[in-house]
Amino acid sequence: MDTHLTDDVVGPLPGDYKSDVKPIWCPGCGDYSVLAGITRAMATMGLERHDTVVVSGIGCSSRIPAYTSVYGYHTVHGRSLAVASGVKLARPELNVLIFGGDGDGFSIGGNHFLHACRRNVDMTYIVMDNQVYGMTKGQASPTTEADWCESKLTPEGPGVNPIQPVALALACGANFVARGFSNNPNEVARLIVEGVRHPGFSVIHILSPCVTFRPEQRNWKSTVHPYGREPTDDPNEAMRAVLEDDGFGLGIFLAGNRRPFQPESAATRSIAQIEEGFAV
Amino acid sequence: MTVDSVTIALVGSGGAGAMTAGQMLLDAAANVGWYGLMSRSTGPQIRGGEAAALVRLSPTPVHGPGDRFDIIIAFDWQNVERFAAELPLSDKSVIITDPSQGEVPAVLAASGAKQVELPIKELAGRIPGGRVNMVGLGAVAAIVGLPRAGIDAVIQKALGKKGDAAIQASNAGIDAGSKEAAGWNLGLELAAPNKEGATRWNISGNEAAGLGALKGGVKFCAAYPITPATEILEWLAPNLAKTGGKLVQAEDELASIAMCLGASFSGVPSITATAGPGLSLMTECIGLGVASETPVVIVDVQRGGPSTGIPTKSEQSDLNIAVYGLHGDAPHLVVGPTSIGDCLFTTQWAVHLAEALQTPAIVLSDQAMGQSRAIVDKPADAPHKANRLLATDLGGEGKYLRYANTESGVSPAAIPGMPGGEHTADGLEHAENALPSSQASDHQKQLDKRLRKLTSYDYGDAWADVEGEGEIAVVTWGSATGPSREAVRRLEAAGTKARLVAIRLISPVQPAKLAAALDGVSKVLVVEQTHGAQFHKFLRGHYDLPGKVSVFSRPGPLPIRAREVHETLLSLI
Ligand SMILES: Cc1ncc(C[n+]2csc(CCOP(=O)(O)OP(=O)(O)O)c2C)c(N)n1
Ligand code: SF4
Repeated sequence: MDTHLTDDVVGPLPGDYKSDVKPIWCPGCGDYSVLAGITRAMATMGLERHDTVVVSGIGCSSRIPAYTSVYGYHTVHGRSLAVASGVKLARPELNVLIFGGDGDGFSIGGNHFLHACRRNVDMTYIVMDNQVYGMTKGQASPTTEADWCESKLTPEGPGVNPIQPVALALACGANFVARGFSNNPNEVARLIVEGVRHPGFSVIHILSPCVTFRPEQRNWKSTVHPYGREPTDDPNEAMRAVLEDDGFGLGIFLAGNRRPFQPESAATRSIAQIEEGFAV
Repeated sequence: MTVDSVTIALVGSGGAGAMTAGQMLLDAAANVGWYGLMSRSTGPQIRGGEAAALVRLSPTPVHGPGDRFDIIIAFDWQNVERFAAELPLSDKSVIITDPSQGEVPAVLAASGAKQVELPIKELAGRIPGGRVNMVGLGAVAAIVGLPRAGIDAVIQKALGKKGDAAIQASNAGIDAGSKEAAGWNLGLELAAPNKEGATRWNISGNEAAGLGALKGGVKFCAAYPITPATEILEWLAPNLAKTGGKLVQAEDELASIAMCLGASFSGVPSITATAGPGLSLMTECIGLGVASETPVVIVDVQRGGPSTGIPTKSEQSDLNIAVYGLHGDAPHLVVGPTSIGDCLFTTQWAVHLAEALQTPAIVLSDQAMGQSRAIVDKPADAPHKANRLLATDLGGEGKYLRYANTESGVSPAAIPGMPGGEHTADGLEHAENALPSSQASDHQKQLDKRLRKLTSYDYGDAWADVEGEGEIAVVTWGSATGPSREAVRRLEAAGTKARLVAIRLISPVQPAKLAAALDGVSKVLVVEQTHGAQFHKFLRGHYDLPGKVSVFSRPGPLPIRAREVHETLLSLI
């Protein structure tokens, strides 16, 4: 990789982590800025491109791996966390990041989310929440409001309460939980850097507007606000604060200290020795 | 007078120790140089309840269950009706029964089998710490002529830690049982063991599959328990760790296969094991493995289906889902071991093939092989190892073509850690450079390539077990092979030459090889354990079968017996 001279640090630039592929996203989609935040975070950390793996499921947001220049695996809908866990458990030395949407992560992939949080493998999950299924053209997702009536599938509104990703992550035992807004790639980058550096499973919830199916989300600019407290390492305290928050507070809620899950193994026996156990 | 094979059922409700006695009998027989096979029959309950250890012993290798039980020894008759159908008897059989447990149930007595009374409970009761199963073991040992030294070694091994009192109680029980049975003269003494030849192993099909994975070079396993595949995972857990690999318990089968794909994408050979319902859940990700060209091995230990079906009993009815279950045109490998011992070779081969061809391989084992334990000659060492074709020339930045359209169809892989090989593997259709593409030409190219790498590969002789000659042939697969082999040998012993073709490589198909194996055949009998004759239809769809083709196909849960195949063959001649 070429190295470049930035202000006063010698290191890679965000552009080094971008691929040549032009995103297929709609003009104005929040995911562009998230991508900018991601590549900025990678540059900040100076990740080796060949030692970094990004995994995604299916959805507009899950297209990100093709737009980066590290190793990537664009998998199937909902399974990204399980695939990524396999990568990290098998090769702990790799940097593993996962990208996806709210539908991918909390609906079809809900069970994997729950278990990824409790398993606490050292990897970072960036969920781009637009409270809608973008790729399949605008159906309600698990984070959509109960009375959102714009989907042909649920013309009367989904009629069920949205889940709160941050509270869910805390309840399931994620070790680092933060929220960002795509409009501010620098802040997104900072949260990702903190998440990657923090040992264990990090969940970065990013509000990322779908300008096509939820144009009103452009107003999120004026809805979001700093969460306003210092990160805690106490999940109970974090949960209390999150429940008091309106879902638009930005910052780091929890930087916990659970030990990451990483089974160690060392070869102590040859296969021939194991085989001997079968001899009559 | 001696016999060539004895088939014994030890029955009793939970706690009677029928399984333990069966296992000791098998181990003792192995010690003195006999071969044997033990399967278990358990009811639907998890623990306790009725159970039977079904043991067959012989001086020569045992391929499948016996035609009928020569000996049934019952510690009690609780719920025996539930599996009476699994205990075929004849008027030559012997039922050993404890008079204190009541009459022999009518379903069994109707066979006309000889009845012999043995006061099992009373004999055990006279011994401090005495147990009924040891009395039974002693009686059976005396009937079949099992030398005492063989049992002593087993007792020592099993009870050594429990101390002298336990060993003495067991010995006294065995003595009591064998003393009573010594005078019965039932004519069921087994021919002398042959201790010559190769080292023998005592192994179950599920253990053999686990060992095959290790020998193939697997270093990662993601596991979700399901009967009858769990023992593969349980065997791998400690043994993978000892050999520097890892096993992780996943939250479900969707995660198991996905984790394996992740590990494999990062370059680590991976395996998971499951049964029908789990395989259903895995199919979407198996397709991802096909499209993204990520090797992975899935052992499906088949059980009665559909749905939850009969988890503890065998069938071969996952053939269709294994071959056709993926959406789209998704060529992949499907192999089936032909015996308990062969679960080792076939799984090891599957690891090798999956890695060499960068695609998923499904190993179709089944309950009858997986959960049975056999005394076999130590399987020969096979050279097959995981050896993925890695890209070597990654100098030109951005030029690496992950899905290069090579002549062999195999594209050199780059794995994380290799500078210059960065790419995104994808289940979306893609161009050679791995970027998503919905163009007809890219789709055609990749479909062709993924098929070509499977069809142009030389699988050698391992595609099938081909034995014998003659104009009549049995074509079969999986655990139907054992009884088919025995039936063919009986035919030959009576002067009719016959062939056996047990297909190990189910997919991709090998039409030229099967045609050669069946050259000159005028009658073909297809043998399988399904209701829908899935294997027969599969053969019909992909191969030209010569002459008159007949089918022996019936569902589980009762095992296919050599007698059934033999009778069908006789009716065809
Ligand atoms: C098994 C399966 N079911 C359904 C789909 C169709 N599908 C593709 S993306 C998607 C939803 C994506 O929504 P989200 O995860 O919120 O991502 P976004 O597109 O909004 O970024 C669905 C339902 C699929 N690809 N696979
Ligand atoms: S549909 Fe919505 S989420 Fe998808 S690219 Fe367009 S704006 Fe973005």
